[in-house]
Formats: sequence, structure tokens, C-alpha cells
Amino acid sequence: MAKRIDVSGLSAYYGTHKAIDDISMTVEPRSVTAFIGPSGCGKSTFLRTLNRMHEVTPGGRVEGKVMLDDENLYGSHVDPVAVRRTVGMVFQRPNPFPTMSIFDNVAAGLRLNGSYKKSELNDIVERSLKGANLWNEVKDRLNKPGSGLSGGQQQRLCIARAIAVEPEVLLMDEPCSALDPISTLAIEDLIGELKERFTIVIVTHNMQQAARVSDRTAFFNLAAVGQPGKLIELDDTERIFSNPSVQATEDYISGRFG
Amino acid sequence: MATTTPDLPRSRRPKGAARPGDRIFSGLSRGSGITLLVIMAAIAVFLTYRAVLAISQDSTNFFTTFEWNPAGNPPVFGIAVLAFGTVVSSIVAMVIAVPIAIGIALFISHYAPRKLAKPLAYVVDLLAAVPSIIYGLWGAIFLVPYLDGLNQWLDTYLGWTYIFDKSSDGVARNLFTVGILLAIMILPIITNVTREVFLQVPKMHEEAALALGATRWEVIRMSVLPFGRSGIISASMLGLGRALGETMAVAVVLSPSFLISGHLLDPGGGTFAQNIAAKFNEADEFGRDALIASGLVLFAITLLVNGAARWIIGRRKEYSGAAA
Ligand SMILES: Nc1ncnc2c1ncn2[C@@H]1O[C@H](COP(=O)(O)OP(=O)(O)OP(=O)(O)O)[C@@H](O)[C@H]1O
Ligand SMILES: [Mg+2]
Repeated sequence: MAKRIDVSGLSAYYGTHKAIDDISMTVEPRSVTAFIGPSGCGKSTFLRTLNRMHEVTPGGRVEGKVMLDDENLYGSHVDPVAVRRTVGMVFQRPNPFPTMSIFDNVAAGLRLNGSYKKSELNDIVERSLKGANLWNEVKDRLNKPGSGLSGGQQQRLCIARAIAVEPEVLLMDEPCSALDPISTLAIEDLIGELKERFTIVIVTHNMQQAARVSDRTAFFNLAAVGQPGKLIELDDTERIFSNPSVQATEDYISGRFG
Repeated sequence: MATTTPDLPRSRRPKGAARPGDRIFSGLSRGSGITLLVIMAAIAVFLTYRAVLAISQDSTNFFTTFEWNPAGNPPVFGIAVLAFGTVVSSIVAMVIAVPIAIGIALFISHYAPRKLAKPLAYVVDLLAAVPSIIYGLWGAIFLVPYLDGLNQWLDTYLGWTYIFDKSSDGVARNLFTVGILLAIMILPIITNVTREVFLQVPKMHEEAALALGATRWEVIRMSVLPFGRSGIISASMLGLGRALGETMAVAVVLSPSFLISGHLLDPGGGTFAQNIAAKFNEADEFGRDALIASGLVLFAITLLVNGAARWIIGRRKEYSGAAA
């Protein structure tokens, strides 16, 4: 578990529109990397190329290489379904399966992967919910629907669902943007714990959040509306927020953008 | 011109004073609402009254009698055969149509490339517009002789199931053929409604499954079908309503008789709507009342089915996609 991601020369398209251009970067295992940048610069698009979710969008197309340790995710023999089982994803809006109970939500990915004994399943669900700091709040109502939880709880349920299958990498696209400050803090703490075991990439619009949770920060930008987004720089978070090497990064971070 | 005092602009009129247009419109809509209710109540009272008149003259039990002879002396008529035929042919239709309709709807909404999905959806729409008498004629002329062979085959290989055991000879003018024809007739409406529901599944539910490493079929099982569940039930009920009440197609295909047979392939049987269509013209006033009584039973069955569907949909409301 926890593998290195090595992206080289990656571009992604929506039909004929090029959304991101020639991105290369390395993400170390057991670290948190934050993606920041203005709206529309391709952060979500890039994130979704890392677990081959980009291509489920009609017209979605990718060029370039994404190495997970020494396997190219875009190799000709690679099954995108298998990729998504090793690279988990948490979305901006909490999306538990509305018809499933809390237990079944967490077990959903496991049941896709194979058959487990009831006791094994119980153990993994409990461990995952504890891992997502949700266990104490839901242990008495595991058979109630997941959609009955609060937004913050639902998001932690989605995290539990994602980590239950022990992915190599966990991708999070603005996981806190629909949550209140307290739930946000809960999830930030959780990210700090999860990075012991997973490689984490998180998209955020919240500078403080990026500064708080991440080890490395990548700044993306686009030259103009309609132009593809590019990676401007990737560096230690401390460095990006104190002394970035590119002027555009400093402008963006200090709010002098545009 | 300049001397006339201009009206206040519309937006600055005081709130309390209704504009004449509003008053007229609200009066009209309320009036038509009340008229509709009155007409419906009048119809219900009239039908019930005539039905009760007929049933009270029936010399046998209206619900268990295998005969329809209101002109006899004493009058003998009952709906047992009609209820059986209606329910059985509708069950056959549902068993065949619902899975196929779901399959077509899934294909159009989730599998077919867009170039194919559009024309396919259009063809299904067209099928829904074909008048039922056309289906009936097609059934009688094409389907019946064609199904003779199928019936022989079913009898030979599935005869042990009892329901496919053919105990008497004769062409395929039986409840099974009626069921197949009804299935074809209700297929488009079920397909259309379920397709619409499947297309409305929020992308985030499907992506939730995809991101866990679900295959296309697993996405359908985890996200699409659960979300579409109540829509599938509603669509099926629409189809069932049509199957229960279908008249012309059944009347053309079935060779009616007042017998109940558990062997689906035996010719004969009847349905409420078919019986009414077949008997109404030659019936005297009392005979018509008797037919009205049978029609009321059909109505009651339809209401029951709808109520059951609503209950099923409502039972697991907290698990429905609506809350998320
Ligand atoms: N489904 C789509 N079809 C076509 N173009 C898209 C689609 N999704 C995104 N785009 C385009 O791709 C570009 C990058 O979008 P993306 O969503 O990756 O930006 P983002 O950085 O995540 O923005 P935000 O911060 O607002 O989430 C934008 O120009 C957008 O218009
Ligand atoms: Mg985004």
C-alpha cells in the first residue's frame, strides 16, 4: 500500500477542448499533496486522470503517462476498473449510496472485490469507520440509511468507504467545501492520520487548509479562459506559502490574482 | 391624451386588490375543478346504482359463478372467469414485459452509443403510438398461427410445469397468447418511463460506484437500479393498468369461453374488458347493468393494484434517492 505517483507529459481533453497541458510531477508515498489554483484551471480534471475517472466523461481523453510505482495506469493492458480499485476517490459533495445502510455503504467496495465472511466484513467495516473517525457516532445505527447522516458525517462515511478497500492512493476533490468548520476540522485531522498509511492528493480552494494539511503543494494556473491549465510549480508547502519561486504563485496566494 | 391619469404601473399596485385577470382565472379554474368532481361523482353514483340493481337480481353468487347469462330466467352471471382471465393474462404480460423493458431502457440510457440511442428511443416512442386494434389484428393474423408452434414446443418440453401443459387441442387463441400480445403493447410505455428515470440518476451516485472500481453492470446494480426502483414500479403499474383494461386487442385474439383452466395454453377464457366489448351491443338494459357491474370490479382491481404500488414505493421512503 501507499505507492509513489509519477506523472509525465500528461494532457487531458474534453472532446477537442484541451483542459490540462503537459503536466509532470511526482507525489511521494505517505504524503499529502494539495492542488491549488483558480477555478477552471483543471485541478479536478487532473485529479480524475489519476484514477482513470476522466475517461468516463463523454469525450474525455488522456495523453501521457501516470506511473504508480512501476506500473503505467494508461498502459494498454491495464483495466480502468482495476485502477479505480487501487486508487480511491472522495468527491466534493458527499455521495453515499442512498439506498444502502451505513454498513453496506462501507462494505460496498469490498463486496465488489470478492466474497468475505460475515465476521471479516464486520471487522473491516468497524476498522474503516474508526479510521474515518465515525465509528462512535454510528455504531448503534449501522443498519440505518447512510443518507440520514449529517453532511460532515456523510463525507466521513465516504472516506470510510474509500479506505475500506485499502487503496494505494486516496484522491480527494474539495472534500470539505460542502461542510461546516467543525466537520472540516474533523476531516483535516483525519487526513493527518490517513497519510500514515496512504498517499493522499487533495484539491482545495482553501489556502489555510492547504497549509494545514499538506506536505507539498502544487499550484495550477491557466493563461486565459479557454486555454488549457498548466502546473506552475510544485514544492514543499512551507516554501510555497512563504517563498514561492514563481511570481504568479505568490500573487495567487496573497490574493493579488488577476 | 396628456390629460388622462395614467394607471399605476402593475408592480406598484397595492397588494390586496386582486387584478381582474387573476380573479377571472381563479374563478375559472376553481369552477372547472368543481365541475370535474361533480361529473366524476355523478358517474360513480350512476354506475354503482346500476351495478347494484343488476347484482341484486343475480340468482347466483356474482363473484364465484362461471357463467354469463343475465338474460336467462332466472338470470345467472358471475365474474369468476373474467377476473381469472384478466389477472392471468396481465401477469403473463408483466412477467414478459417488465424485464425486457428494463433491459431496453438500460441499453438506451447506459450502453448504446449516442448515435444508436436516439433512433432507438424514437422507435420505442412510435410503438407506443400504435392503436391497440392494430396490435389486435396483427396478433390474430400473425401471432396466433406463429405461436401454435411455440405452444406445441412448450407443451412438449415444459408440460410438466402444469401451466404449460396443453390439455385440449385448438389454435393458440388462449390467455397465454393474449398475455404475449399485451406484453408487446405495454412494452413501450414501461420502457419509456423507466428510461427517463434511468437518465435522471444523479452523476454523483454513478461516480460513487465507479470510483470504487465498479464495472458498468455493477454501477447499474449499485446506483441506477436502486435509484430507479420507484420509477420502475410506477412504470410497471402504468403498463399493468393498460393491460388490465385492454379491450380490442384481447377481443380480436381470444376465442372466449366461460371456463377456467390452469393450463395457460388451453383455448378460451375471457377478460372483463373483452367480455364487455363482446356482449354490450346485443345486451338488453339489464344485461348492460350486469356488464357495468363487472366493469366496476375491474375498476376496483385497478385501484387495488395502484394502492399496492404506492404502498411499496412509500414503504422504503427513507432509503430512496430523494433525500440525498
Ligand atoms: N464535463 C466537461 N465537459 C467539458 N468541459 C469540461 C468538463 N468539465 C470541466 N471542463 C472544462 O475543463 C476545464 C477544467 O475544469 P476543472 O473542473 O478541472 O477545473 P477546476 O480547476 O477543478 O475548477 P474548480 O476549482 O472550479 O473546481 C474548464 O475549462 C472546464 O470548463
Ligand atoms: Mg474542481
